[in-house]
Amino acid sequence: MKAVLGAGLVALSVAVAGSVHAEPVKIGMITTLSGGGAGLGVDVRDAFMLAIKQSGNEEIEVVIEDDGQKPELAVQIADKMIQSDKVDLMTGIIWSNLAMAVVPSVTGQDVIYLSPNAGPSALAGANCNPNYFNVAYQNDNFHEAVGAYAKAQGFKKMFIMAPNYPAGKDSLTGFKRYYDAELAGEVYTKLGQTDYAAEIAQIRSSGADGLFFFLPGGMGIAFMKQFAQSGVDLPVMGPGFSFSQDVLGAIGDAAVGAKNSSQWSKDLDNEANKKFVETFQSEYGRLPSLYAAQGYDTANLVLSAIEKASVKDKEAFRAALKEADFDSVRGKFKFNTNNHPIQDIYMREVIKEGDVLTNKIVDTAFTDHQDAYAAECKM
Amino acid sequence: MSSALIIEQVLNGIQLGVTLFLMAAGLTLIFGVMGLINLAHGSLYMVGAFACAVVAAATGSFWLGLAASLAAAAAAGAVMEILVIRRLYARDHLDQVLATFALILIFSEATRWLFGSFPLYLNIPSALSGAVHLPGGAQYSLYRLAIIGVGIVVAAGLYLLISHTRLGMRIRAGESDREMIGALGVDIRTLYTIVFALGAALAGLAGALVGAQQSVQVGMGEPVLILAFVVIVIGGIGSIKGALIGAVLVGVVDTLGRFLLPVLLEVFLPPSQAASIGAAVASMLIYIVMALILAVRPQGLFAANA
Repeated sequence: MKAVLGAGLVALSVAVAGSVHAEPVKIGMITTLSGGGAGLGVDVRDAFMLAIKQSGNEEIEVVIEDDGQKPELAVQIADKMIQSDKVDLMTGIIWSNLAMAVVPSVTGQDVIYLSPNAGPSALAGANCNPNYFNVAYQNDNFHEAVGAYAKAQGFKKMFIMAPNYPAGKDSLTGFKRYYDAELAGEVYTKLGQTDYAAEIAQIRSSGADGLFFFLPGGMGIAFMKQFAQSGVDLPVMGPGFSFSQDVLGAIGDAAVGAKNSSQWSKDLDNEANKKFVETFQSEYGRLPSLYAAQGYDTANLVLSAIEKASVKDKEAFRAALKEADFDSVRGKFKFNTNNHPIQDIYMREVIKEGDVLTNKIVDTAFTDHQDAYAAECKM
Repeated sequence: MSSALIIEQVLNGIQLGVTLFLMAAGLTLIFGVMGLINLAHGSLYMVGAFACAVVAAATGSFWLGLAASLAAAAAAGAVMEILVIRRLYARDHLDQVLATFALILIFSEATRWLFGSFPLYLNIPSALSGAVHLPGGAQYSLYRLAIIGVGIVVAAGLYLLISHTRLGMRIRAGESDREMIGALGVDIRTLYTIVFALGAALAGLAGALVGAQQSVQVGMGEPVLILAFVVIVIGGIGSIKGALIGAVLVGVVDTLGRFLLPVLLEVFLPPSQAASIGAAVASMLIYIVMALILAVRPQGLFAANA
């Protein structure tokens, strides 16, 4: 008994010593805080900082810079953060094209990068890297989930639409990976397009029984409002980005009833999520989006690794990250061999809670889903 | 392909053209009368949309919002002219472009500072929501028809203003010879401010009308601005008639191109490739049309000073 008590005391004192002498950690965050896509970066930043604040760890310094959604600017900031700020870890990038410009050079300089949103296929397969951790999803995942859901629900003639750029093409490819019935139409729109009259006319005449679209940001807001006014009455579904908390207010009631896929939802029933939704709302006065949930998880993952290993010991720190020993707001979370998440993906429906539009989970599209590229990753 | 689909697509083209006309009319007047390239015209469009969204949210009335958009954009335009633009008339086009580009950045960041980074909510008025049946079996959004109506009224109003009023006479005189009308005792400073505010109000109106069916967010004006420049180059700089015809031409070509090119390519390509190549070519189509028109008529279709 004495021995047990003694061991316990020793363990306790080590743990206390560990937190008292916590070493300083410097995290570089490059994210989008200006321009049309700023809402996403603001949510990631706010949730990340909320988690750091909740941890009470005062030794963590976060250097935040705005990339303006411009790849060349993001590259310059990354170089500056690594060379003059000497950051230990980096995170924050929202957009896949920016991630492609920044991540390979960051990981090449042996700096660990944690993605709170973008998950381009090029970084998940053959070009995976031990220094690159994706805490959000691989880009195809949400689209695959909607494809699987549409097939399971017995849709026979879907009309599918996305912008004509790499993530748009990945989206429709991901959808078709799990949906193999007939398509009523497949349309690529111009990136940044805001008037969808021509596409809506095609949807109307196509005889489709359902509509899948991926139009991030303002494009999706514009499309949904115009679609609701067109008199076309079809079930609408899309990835969670199109119906995330940050855009629902601007779409308005036109969004009610739309089905969308996400690995997180406000109503997920677990302690970490309840605390997150409640504290985020009281701190910032708005409901968190899925980007906020990802930012929050990213920070908590980093905090869990800091508890276990020194950030100066890259090998040990990478191993600590890979364990993913933190309370994810998604309930369960673990890393695949390519450092991308293995997680459940849900179908949500847009509902009205009082005056506020939000999402609730109606179905589970995938359980323990992993991406299609993990097998190509050799590390 | 049914006739209803074709009717709907042609109406879509005209509606896009009409919104472009509201932007291009102000731009072409400002360029024609003052010889000024105003890149910040898209910011005035954004000001109109935000004013409409804020007032509509506060009062619950879209129509008050619409009135506010005209007033706010005209006021912003007048202030912009008096504080900044006035100092640029004598400078060359490079200085004008640099200064008005700076205005874009200032307007965008100021708007973000005031209203945040998240898009605002603005919906169309309930009186104009829903779709109507047209002869020929087509169904069409009532709001889009109303936009076409507004465009026709504005075009007619501008025609009367320019050709039948004293102000219009001065504007025309300003286009043909700036120094002379100044020498004849016309208060050219006030005239410039009025023309600038008028162009700004039209941009604000377009922003509010379009914002209600798209999204009200920072940076919404710049994509439209590019198309508006294409319109005034095709139509002939300084000509309202050219702006109207150029705008409808651009609207119809863009809409029909987006819809017909993938269908045409599908004859000899697999659907997935036809969709992606068709979309890529369709987005170039208006620029190809512009290049062809400029090759035949370098001054545009109806140049005011030709």
